[in-house]
Amino acid sequence: MNDATLIRKNLFRKRLRAVLLIVSILIAFLIFGVLGALQNAFSMGSGTAAQERLVTVNRINFTVALPYAYWGRIQQVEGVRNAAPASWFGGYYQEPQNFVQSFAVDPETYLEAYPTEIVLPPEDRAAFLEGRTCALVGRALANQYGWSTGDRIPLMSNIWQNTDGSQTWELDICGVFDDTEGTYPTNYLMLHYEYFNESLAFGRDSFHWITINTADPALNDQVSQEIDALFANSSAETSTTTEAAFNEAFMEQFGNIGLILTWVIGAAFATILMIVGTTMVMAVNERTREIAVLKTLGFTAPRIFRMVLWESLLLSFLGGLIGLGLATLAATAASSALAGFLPAFGLSATNIVTALVLMAALGLVTGLLPAYKAMQVRISEALGKI
Amino acid sequence: MTDASGLYQLNNLSKRYTRGKETVAIFDQLDMTISQGDFIAIMGPSGSGKTTLLNLLGGIDKPSSGEVVFEGQRIDNLGQGKLAKWRAKNAGFIFQFYNLMPTLTAAQNVELPLLLTSLSGKARKERVKTALDIVGMVDRAGHRPGQLSGGQQQRVAIARAIVADPKVLLADEPTGDLDRTTADEILQTLQLLNKELGKTIIMVTHDPEAASYAARELHLNKGRFEERGKA
Repeated sequence: MNDATLIRKNLFRKRLRAVLLIVSILIAFLIFGVLGALQNAFSMGSGTAAQERLVTVNRINFTVALPYAYWGRIQQVEGVRNAAPASWFGGYYQEPQNFVQSFAVDPETYLEAYPTEIVLPPEDRAAFLEGRTCALVGRALANQYGWSTGDRIPLMSNIWQNTDGSQTWELDICGVFDDTEGTYPTNYLMLHYEYFNESLAFGRDSFHWITINTADPALNDQVSQEIDALFANSSAETSTTTEAAFNEAFMEQFGNIGLILTWVIGAAFATILMIVGTTMVMAVNERTREIAVLKTLGFTAPRIFRMVLWESLLLSFLGGLIGLGLATLAATAASSALAGFLPAFGLSATNIVTALVLMAALGLVTGLLPAYKAMQVRISEALGKI
Repeated sequence: MTDASGLYQLNNLSKRYTRGKETVAIFDQLDMTISQGDFIAIMGPSGSGKTTLLNLLGGIDKPSSGEVVFEGQRIDNLGQGKLAKWRAKNAGFIFQFYNLMPTLTAAQNVELPLLLTSLSGKARKERVKTALDIVGMVDRAGHRPGQLSGGQQQRVAIARAIVADPKVLLADEPTGDLDRTTADEILQTLQLLNKELGKTIIMVTHDPEAASYAARELHLNKGRFEERGKA
């Protein structure tokens, strides 16, 4: 037996109470973990954006199309090295719930826009550039639906209509791409803009956004201003921002995710703090006599302080680690199901370190007062008589 | 004033409490010597200060004035940390209501004072077994206090008090919660510890029969000691 035995025995002296406390802490860290995973997924875009990439969209918002002619005019702007137009396809596979993030792109400029983020064998690249009905599929998406090079798939759109009256485009998978560092999403599909555009029943000759590579990140401001000035007072004014800002704005349409998460997590922890803190104070009050006995036997006040504090820390880490473990399991299980929407759904090292710091903080904050009270117990008062 | 041969020397010991504006003297200018190997019963009416005196001897409370000297060293002026270490080394406590830890087994309760020593786990186990053997509780080592009778709990408490081999045992009404037969068994155990192991025992009691097991009887009344001879 040692002090750890005493700490453990004291923590579980009332098992139901201990279990309920652990469960309440567990829930807080489960929420923290799952919401953290969600935040990672939403913030991935800005994290992977390159410094020299800009995005031009309609000034109203990115769902309103830009005329096809803008592409050529933007390419002429000084400082623009590459301009890659793209349209949102809004695809699904077989059933509407099988969402497929898909863009109709100009193959050559789009691949040039993402030289390290889209990596594929040269022969696949050549096949994609040449094949009108070719599609490039990201590794995560291919794995999700079991697709491989050579497959022919019907991709349906919940936005567009084909001239044949259907909403389906037949696509040949000409390659599966990865990214070099494993940080860029591979949960989407690209098809040829020309193939898409020529068979559109409506909305032809327009794009939703144009990705621009500048010759130098230092030129970004100048290029942005020139492009937007070029289309000022036109029927489709533009807004050109960095890719990071565009991605963040895209996520903002779902609300301020970071703020929402902060409030939810904050509320959960404030509640847990009060519950655990109050219960710890009560638990120590119930043991005043036993603490007095320990002091009588020769246990020093600092040692008793440490024992109560460790008890609180043990409680916090038990609940926290189980909660974090469950959050990791939940994120792992959900990540494959959500791969189409949220490719980066998962806990990061930062999440885990933050959680560990929170566990320590929770344990310390809830343990300090009862530990101090335990340290201050006066033997003669607590025992009445020895 | 200090008697080098005495285990304890109380010099001009006074203890006063303040109640509002009134100061109440529990006892005033007490002098006493307790020798190594004494078995003293301290008796007296309720409120006479028996327990307060025991608290002072045990380093749990501090006198208003005067000295408590143990083996030539004043303990009344030690800080709380040093007093705790002094208690762990020199004093064993036996309570009226046993005060065992309900979550620990009998053996674990007995082992508690040894956590404050540098003994190895194996040595601690041996000491615990010996202490439980002395009080006849080896076969109940794995039982929790709730599974033991009052008398058995007090035996475990005595084992806890002696396991670290303290020089003095301080007992406050150790049989106050027990029936006569069990009380006699406990008192015989204390007597055995005094006679066979040479433990100095200071016992507070209001029970004359319990006091009769002690070698000396001191009656505390109106702040003064009166020593009564043994029959």
